[in-house]
Amino acid sequence: MSISVSNINKRFGGFTALDNVSLDFPSGQLVALLGPSGCGKTTLLRIIAGLERADSGEVFLEGANASALHVREREVGFVFQHYALFRHMTVFDNVAFGLRVKPRDQRPSDAEIRRKVRDLLQLVQLDWLADRYPAQLSGGQRQRIALARALAVEPRVLLLDEPFGALDAKVRKELRRWLRQLHDELHITSIFVTHDQEEALEVADRVVLMDHGRVEQVGTPDEVYDHPASPFVYGFLGSVNLFHGRVDGQALRVGEHALELGAHDLAHDASAVGYVRPHEVQLLRDDGLVDGGLPATVLRITSSGALATVELSRPESPGERVEVTVFRDTLRQIGVGEGDRVRLKPLRVRVFPAEAAASSNSSAAAPLAA
Amino acid sequence: MASIALAAPAPQARRGFSTLLKRKHSVLPGFSLALGYSVIYLALVVLIPLAAVFLKSSTLGWEGFWNATTQPRVLASFKLSFGASLIAAAINVVFGLIFAWVLVRYRFPGKRLIDALIDLPFALPTAVAGIALATLYANNGWVGSVLAPLGVEVAYTPLGVLVALVFIGLPFVVRTVQPVLEDLEAEVEEAAACLGANRWQTFSKVIVPYLTPALLTGFALAFARAVGEYGSVIFIAGNMPMVSEIMPLMIITKLEQYDYAGATAIAVVMLIASFVLLLLINVLQAWTQRSHQRI
Repeated sequence: MSISVSNINKRFGGFTALDNVSLDFPSGQLVALLGPSGCGKTTLLRIIAGLERADSGEVFLEGANASALHVREREVGFVFQHYALFRHMTVFDNVAFGLRVKPRDQRPSDAEIRRKVRDLLQLVQLDWLADRYPAQLSGGQRQRIALARALAVEPRVLLLDEPFGALDAKVRKELRRWLRQLHDELHITSIFVTHDQEEALEVADRVVLMDHGRVEQVGTPDEVYDHPASPFVYGFLGSVNLFHGRVDGQALRVGEHALELGAHDLAHDASAVGYVRPHEVQLLRDDGLVDGGLPATVLRITSSGALATVELSRPESPGERVEVTVFRDTLRQIGVGEGDRVRLKPLRVRVFPAEAAASSNSSAAAPLAA
Repeated sequence: MASIALAAPAPQARRGFSTLLKRKHSVLPGFSLALGYSVIYLALVVLIPLAAVFLKSSTLGWEGFWNATTQPRVLASFKLSFGASLIAAAINVVFGLIFAWVLVRYRFPGKRLIDALIDLPFALPTAVAGIALATLYANNGWVGSVLAPLGVEVAYTPLGVLVALVFIGLPFVVRTVQPVLEDLEAEVEEAAACLGANRWQTFSKVIVPYLTPALLTGFALAFARAVGEYGSVIFIAGNMPMVSEIMPLMIITKLEQYDYAGATAIAVVMLIASFVLLLLINVLQAWTQRSHQRI
């Protein structure tokens, strides 16, 4: 069942939550709405569900205009960040709620409800908790019950608002794999909101990146990660080093050094910023024989597991830091330690005009300035 | 795993009265001091005066006690006091819930003023309330003159007693339900709506069960206050024997006749009946609260 929204606008007082948003969510896919807090992603989800009304614009469910439908009639399953379970009911009664409030002529028999709830509890692997109360469950269990409850009414679409936001890191990781598996079994059109780029890239079929109430980019996780459409997307999807300079043919001039660029459409001598991911930089020992690259000094090396993060400073801009991630083995092989002089050779540089980069800096997730 | 399961019952069995009194290591200091103080305070302020009531009434002997408490006039006052208090508390539960709902859920001009007005029955000297109510509901009063042609007499009837008890009990329900209602997340109602519940189903299946413990507390408080209420009732009740005499008035009447033992006998019945009813409500409340822990 497909969902689409067209020209949605929503303002809260003087704050623009959604600015003319149009999107298509194809049938059967799991789509992530990704963005920093306040970007309008939750508002969009709530408008699709019917919990919030747009100032203007339309919501289409399976091609039919659903803008005027009440939330009860939209047949959406909604999972809340803080579970919103009915705490005075047992797990069983929570899941059965949607079936029991159906009009008498559509309501399944008691036996049918019991069978259905058992099946759902088995689906979320918590059938042994049927008689417990929500207060007796862990966070991860509560969210799975909330999901079972939402699925009980056989919704046409499933909407999840930061479903793992209130859980600790380990449970979050387990649960998002489990959600992916569940989606592969059920193939119900699903949209989930998250501010965690790792979660979105790992779980979703498609990712919608939003910022300041606008859609920045839509694509598969690989597309948006490999070909970010804007400096914001680049910065939001992972850590990044910025190199300010001027375009000179197929190179970016940073001070007296040059970085090789791939294809780009910037004018010659345009002021530009090169974006480089920490793991896309080659680190070479500066023994006077190396050609090219940017000279830098190693300030600190911190290691976590197989990887090491190297913090460097460049003599041309001593106040700023460059971050490089390499395998610890590689670091050992080239024999670089704290205080050593090295050359940085970015393997992949993406350039954006300086103005575009400046305007996105405020909202991107902590880009490492360089 | 098995050994742990087998070992577990032993300490469980030993836990009992001894551990209850044994000083446990706790981060909160002053347990014994605070408990001792509370017990002494309770004894001085509540238990000793109540014990005196029992002691005094016991001077009557069983027969005297029975005679003092089963006079038709006294029995009628028992019926009126407990009946009117229960009905008044029930009415207050319904309207207190509506009041709390309006104050929590909606924004309107004058909301703070209304919020403050709710507490007035707490603060107002009850005699003032009684005189005001009696004046209003008398057959020539503002409200009474409207009701009289309809054949409804409020002042100087049991209905008047009910009106006074409703008046003094309302804030108890509002003030106990209000914070709990504020605590109920809008998301829970949204979840019910997403699952297809209509407004009435959301209210009756989600909101009311959620509020039940608070409503019971409010009911118990309003009831307890109503049983003991004197000042506001005697002015509007008219105090006709067998019709509109309340228990506290019976006690005063006995006192004025220097029948101290008779007065305490009525007080003892009143105390025991109130205590049993409040205990029942508490048990009911504990039972409904079992599942209401915060998530």
